[in-house]
Amino acid sequence: MLLFLFRRLSVLIPTFLGVTLLTFGLIRMIPGDPIEVMVGERTLDPAMHAAAMHRLGLDKPLPAQYFDYLTNLLHGNFGESLITRDSVWHEFTTLFPATLELATAAMIFAVVVGLLAGVIAAIKRGSIFDHGVMGISLTGFSMPIFWWGLILIMFFSVKLGWTPVSGRLDLAYDITPRTGFMLIDSWLAERADPSANAGAFVDALKHLILPAIVLGTIPLAVIARMTRSSMLEVLREDYVRTARAKGLSPARVIFIHTLRNALIPVLTVVGLQVGTLMGGAVLTETIFSWPGIGKWLIDAIARRDYPVVQNGILIVATLIIVVNFIVDILYGIANPRIRHAK
Amino acid sequence: MSLLTIKNLSVAFGNPANPFRAVENMDLTVNQGEIVGIVGESGSGKSVTMMALMGLIDAPGRVTADELSFDGKNLLKLSARERRKIVGKDIAMIFQDPMTSLNPSYTVGYQIMEVLKVHQGLRGAKLKQRALELMEMVEIPAAKSRLDAYPHQLSGGMSQRVVIAMAIACNPKLLIADEPTTALDVTIQAQIMDLLVNLQKSQNMALIMITHDLAVVAEMADRVAVMYAGQVAELGRVPELFRQPAHPYTEALLASIPEHSKGAERLSTLPGIVPGQYDRPSGCLLSPRCPYVQERCRAERPQLTPSANGSVRCHFPLIAQPVEIRDRKVAQ
Repeated sequence: MLLFLFRRLSVLIPTFLGVTLLTFGLIRMIPGDPIEVMVGERTLDPAMHAAAMHRLGLDKPLPAQYFDYLTNLLHGNFGESLITRDSVWHEFTTLFPATLELATAAMIFAVVVGLLAGVIAAIKRGSIFDHGVMGISLTGFSMPIFWWGLILIMFFSVKLGWTPVSGRLDLAYDITPRTGFMLIDSWLAERADPSANAGAFVDALKHLILPAIVLGTIPLAVIARMTRSSMLEVLREDYVRTARAKGLSPARVIFIHTLRNALIPVLTVVGLQVGTLMGGAVLTETIFSWPGIGKWLIDAIARRDYPVVQNGILIVATLIIVVNFIVDILYGIANPRIRHAK
Repeated sequence: MSLLTIKNLSVAFGNPANPFRAVENMDLTVNQGEIVGIVGESGSGKSVTMMALMGLIDAPGRVTADELSFDGKNLLKLSARERRKIVGKDIAMIFQDPMTSLNPSYTVGYQIMEVLKVHQGLRGAKLKQRALELMEMVEIPAAKSRLDAYPHQLSGGMSQRVVIAMAIACNPKLLIADEPTTALDVTIQAQIMDLLVNLQKSQNMALIMITHDLAVVAEMADRVAVMYAGQVAELGRVPELFRQPAHPYTEALLASIPEHSKGAERLSTLPGIVPGQYDRPSGCLLSPRCPYVQERCRAERPQLTPSANGSVRCHFPLIAQPVEIRDRKVAQ
């Protein structure tokens, strides 16, 4: 087991190097540099430009810049934003809870609805429900996030007025962030001061619903389809027949004997969806003006904020790698054959 | 009164206008404490009959019968819930491949205890005690440590013992063994067979043994049903039926045992295969393969009629009239 862990971890080193090289290279391939973007359309004195670039260390040759970047990384230094002068790590930790809250809500939505829909579709195979779920999930999977988000905003926010259009909380509330999770913060604030913050929690929830649905749509579709096909496969297994021959109730046969085994491939898919979720968060956060990592990175790219782009993406990539690693370990819990492998 | 009565059972699949009948006009009775063998080629409907009895045929499969009663209860009239109270408790089944018959995600102990929990409501220490007892009954060594083992940690023979322990957990009146040794090593086969026969005697269960192995039937069974293309071709007492087969198919099956071809260059076979959905003849189902086929066989489908040693479905049985049988009563 220890050897296995060590081997898995050693594979990560080239992965990390690849990520740094990609982000370092790609951001510099976009025309324009941070100074030009900052100055905008005003004419810029070339001498001043050169001095500013020198101050930021951007006048060195690229290999030297890359070397500096790696050296800083190895010292645990993520640098600071060229624009805000705030440290990248601090900005990340401030904004990350918003993304985590959104992603968690989206994932819960996707897993709960996706598993249920997949299981029912498998049991009622060939029924109208089955065809309906599979049709809708194919549509959901093929839907561009930005378009889907806008449609939902137009319908639920603008036409019906049920949910707010953007942001995490109504401006009327002034809530001190404690955990960074708006649902928890607003709930705490409402409990501490019920008169001033009345309805804050419900308002935060309303803000969360649409973005979570938009972000969760693709994972939902993937999970529903995977659950269905995995269930159908396991339902044909001999041990399911054995379970039925034992006189067990249909609910027991399905949830205890079938779903548990069908979950193993679904778990893989859920793990992989974390990457999709981060990619989707970029679009979703932009549409709903959600102040999270996705919007932060998009803004940083627009401003050519090199340290933020490089290190922000590196941190996100690390997160995805860690999540996949955790999924690998979860496998062992779901599947005793892996747990006991020597 | 017999423990199990099956009369005119049919199992059909496919579209109702032109169904495929996997089992047709199946008749069988099993008495208390009796061992009945069911033999026949692959695809002759042995397993499907038993699945129908267990209530395991799903739509679009359709089960119909004039009578399907067990222990005085009409199984066809019971609700699904009431039927599940019998299945796994009074009628239990053992399947062909023990390696895939156990759920890989649960321990052996859990899977045995599950039956006891559901059917007998046992809990706690009593439950564990009974599970251990069952594992010892099926001669699993070091039962206590095996309780927490997962199926992939057991050999095929051990797994089959666990499946048997599960099946006999609630002292069933009828145990169905569907080719219980086909997937096992030859050395293990004999052990499992001995175990089954010993359990059958000590628990006084009726045992239906589905098998390809005629030698096993000859040795163990009280009666045997020979199935062909979803029907009973011949039914009768062992060993009389083996000495004097009345049906040409039974005769061909017996002739195909390798020991009967000693000295011959080739083994004896019955040419052809069991007819499928689209090539069922209108007359006797065996007529295309039967060495004694006559005009009437091609035109008219025979019924199951009394024969020398039981009953036979043939217009021209090899032994025409019931001969007198000493002291033993002829089974129906």
